[in-house]
Order: sequence, then structure tokens, then C-alpha cells
Amino acid sequence: MKKIFILLSILSLAAGVMPTAMADPAADLKKFQDYFKKRFPTVPFDEFSNGMYALPGLESYRDQWMLYNEFPPYELGLSLGKKAWETPFKNGKTFASCFKNGGKNIAQGYPYWDGTTNKVRTAEMDLNDCLKRNGESPYADLDKDLEARVRFAQLVAYFYSMSAGQRLKIDVSSPGAVKAYEDGKKFWWQRRGQLNFACANCHMDLAGKNLGGNQPLSAALGHTTAWPAQRLEWGRLETIHFRYITCNQQIRAKPMKHGSDIYNNLQFYETYMSSGLPLTAPAMRN
Amino acid sequence: MQKMFKIVVKISFAATWLGVAAFMAPAAFAAGGEAPDSKVCNDKENPPKDVVTQGGCIVIDRTKGNCNACHQVPGIISGDIATRFESMAQRWPDKAKLRAQIFDASKNNPITVMPPFGKNQILTSDEIDKVVEFILSL
Ligand code: HEC
Ligand code: HEC
Repeated sequence: MKKIFILLSILSLAAGVMPTAMADPAADLKKFQDYFKKRFPTVPFDEFSNGMYALPGLESYRDQWMLYNEFPPYELGLSLGKKAWETPFKNGKTFASCFKNGGKNIAQGYPYWDGTTNKVRTAEMDLNDCLKRNGESPYADLDKDLEARVRFAQLVAYFYSMSAGQRLKIDVSSPGAVKAYEDGKKFWWQRRGQLNFACANCHMDLAGKNLGGNQPLSAALGHTTAWPAQRLEWGRLETIHFRYITCNQQIRAKPMKHGSDIYNNLQFYETYMSSGLPLTAPAMRN
Repeated sequence: MQKMFKIVVKISFAATWLGVAAFMAPAAFAAGGEAPDSKVCNDKENPPKDVVTQGGCIVIDRTKGNCNACHQVPGIISGDIATRFESMAQRWPDKAKLRAQIFDASKNNPITVMPPFGKNQILTSDEIDKVVEFILSL
């Protein structure tokens, strides 16, 4: 009975940070981060970049994670991503030519709002654009072509690794950006699927709890900092959109398309909510 | 061989809800009182005939009830999200109310995370009845 009450009070806490009609990203951000700081007062802020391993009560999972971090299973994929990044196009140029600062220390500003195309742009979109502008074929068909998606994830992982430790800083100052942010936020809080879960149910209400006794749930604070990531279960680097797809499938909801506007906006919202946290991608995950 | 392993993993992942890959410790067979042995549940030749065991099999089936993802069900590895299933008959003297909680938990608590098993047709009416019989045995 006591448990029920604790649970109910946890749930109502989360209800307290439910979105209001007014769009005010900065106020949302404060509420969102304060929620986790209060929920997990012993966790230092930067630790949230380590996903579920940062949370109290999951020490045995963390110990195991530290062990695989000694020889990270994603190293091979990351080195293939580095090779793809460095291999010259047919015209002799490389990816570095398409990015500010040769691509170093810039990923903390991704995804970003692009006022010219009126869309949120992800690192994947800029990498693919770079390929097209240089007469190369982009990574495509990412929902169906597992091999292309994994090769892309390796490249994106290398791109993010060049900004490791940089703190997320997302610009939501323009009205268009706020609209995209609102769109992502709506998706985050909405219940869906036959099992009727919102993202917020698992990654806020139930953060730190253990589903089924062997699948702990991460806090949303820190989401996106580690991606592309490699799960033991997958045995390969994967994109954040693939993570979204699998989270949607778990609750028997129809997943959205890899690279769809809605997932871009969700990623924009989630990344903004983790503002200030250091990038750790790529990383190992359960 | 590795390929076959991968396929098996893939199928079991697809068939799972909440993606919980539970490696269940087989419990001794008993009609009620605790989770039935998964071998008993999966015996196609000789499926369990009593409703209590049938209900127990639905409760621990990851594609059906998967109640142990959240509730502690005696005799099986469980999550720590919701109440422990124990002394159910004492706590739920009114069977209809218990059934209603499983049919649509959001009636009692609009912000609950418990899936609405009947309302969203995750379980059939008959399956819910069997689940009720099983949990009342705990
Ligand atoms: C039924 C529970 C459930 C729901 C609903 C759910 N997820 Fe997840 N999610 C998981 C599990 C389990 C994991 C793997 C363990 C972990 O890292 O949290 C995960 C992992 C993640 C991760 C990786 C976290 C990390 O640190 O590596 C992200 C990002 C994520 N989910 C986002 C979402 C989003 C966005 C939604 C809604 C569209 C969502 N999830 C809905 C269960 C869920
Ligand atoms: C995803 C989590 C989840 C799953 C799966 C789940 N429940 Fe629940 N259940 C809860 C929560 C949380 C509560 C606490 C009350 C509330 O939230 O309204 C609860 C409460 C209950 C209660 C009332 C409290 C008690 O212990 O007497 C019963 C009965 C119950 N659940 C039965 C079931 C049955 C049977 C199943 C499977 C067919 C099931 N639940 C699956 C989360 C879950």
C-alpha cells in the first residue's frame, strides 16, 4: 500500500511538469532539469550523460558497463566511421570540407533550426548533403537497409566523437525553432500504442526503475548525448532514430520513419532538454 | 549456427512487448500460488487445462500479460515498478473490481502507466477472467 502511494506521488510529480499551453522553452528546460535534480539529488549533473548507469540502485549495471568500457565493443565500428570520414570523394575533397572547423567541436549545436529550409537539421542530414554536393550518393533507405544504416551510424558516431566532452547548446531563439520544439515536445508527452505509453512515462515517471527485473530505464536528462550508441543486444552502432523506433515498437505503436520531421523535432526537443551536458557518443548501452 | 541464433533473438525480440528479455528461472509446477513453469505453459502436446495455470501462463507471457514486467509475481524474475502480487483474495474481495482494474486501470487512476488490457484489446475477455483466477490464487 505504501508502495502505491510512493508511486502515485512520483507520478503526480511528473504530472507537475506537464506542458502548459504557452511555449517557453527556457522555462520548460528549467522545470525538466529540476525534476531530475530533485528526483536524483546524489547524481552529479554531468553524470546524466551516462544514461541509466548514472542512476542510484543500478550500481551492478554500472560495474558491468565499466568493464566493457575497457575494450569498448563499438571501437571497430567507430574506426570504420573514421575511415569513411577521411576517405576522399571522387573529386578529392573530404567530409571535413563541408563543415565549420573541419567538423571538430561543432556537434554540440546539433540538431539545429535552419531558417532557410524551415526545418530542423540533424548531423545525418548535413553529412548526406555533403555527399550530394560532392557528387556522391547519400546514405538512403535507412528503415529497410540495415547495412546502410549501420555504416551511416558509424560515420555519425565518428562525427560526434570529434566533439566529445562539448556541452550541448541548442539555439531555440527563432519562432520557427520554437514551433519545431513544440512539435517534438507534444510527441514526447503523448501516450500512444496499444500499451498506451508516452516517452515521459518510461523516461521520467519510471526512470531508475527496473522493467521486468533486467531492463532498467534511463532518465530523459542526458538522452541523445551518447548517440549513436551500441547496445549489447544489437552488437552494432545504431542511430538515435533507430532507438526511437524501437521504443515506439515496444509499446506496440507504429514507429515513424527514420529521418522523418517528427523524429527530427523530437530529437531537437530531447537534445535541448539536455542542454549543458557533455557529449559522450559513441557509448555502450544495455 | 550464429545466424540461427540471431534469427531466434530477432523473433523473440519482435514478439516481446516492452522488449523485456526475461530469462526466467523455471519454478516448480504448482497450480497457483506462484508463476507456473514456462515448460508447462509451452507444452503444445499437453496444454494446461485448469484455469488457474492457464491464467498464470497469460500473466507471465511477454506477448500477453507480461505483468511481471512491473509487478512482482512470486516464482519469477520481476520488475520493481508496481505492487507485489500477494494476498490478492484478501485485498480484492470483489472480483468484479479486480477485473475492472485489469480491464482499464486508467479508470481508477487516469495517469497510471498500467496498460489498459481489456480496453485496448491486449487481452481478450476470456484471458482476463483467467488472469483474475490466477492472481486470486496468490
Ligand atoms: C515502455 C517503456 C519505454 C517507452 C514508452 C519509451 N522508451 Fe526509450 N527506452 C526504453 C528502454 C527499456 C531503453 C533502454 C534502457 C535505457 O537506456 O533507458 C530506452 C532507451 C532510450 C534512449 C537511450 C538512452 C541512453 O542513455 O542511451 C532514448 C534516447 C530513448 N529511449 C528515447 C525514447 C523516446 C523519445 C520515447 C518516446 C517516443 C521513448 N524512449 C519511449 C523504454 C521505453
Ligand atoms: C507497465 C506497468 C504495469 C504492467 C505491465 C501491469 N501493471 Fe498492474 N499496476 C501498475 C501500476 C503502476 C499500478 C499502481 C496503481 C496505479 O498506477 O493506478 C498497478 C496496479 C495494479 C493492481 C492494483 C494494485 C494491487 O496490487 O492490488 C492490480 C490488481 C494490477 N495492477 C494487476 C495487473 C495485472 C493482472 C497485470 C497483467 C495482466 C498488470 N497489472 C500489469 C503497473 C502495471
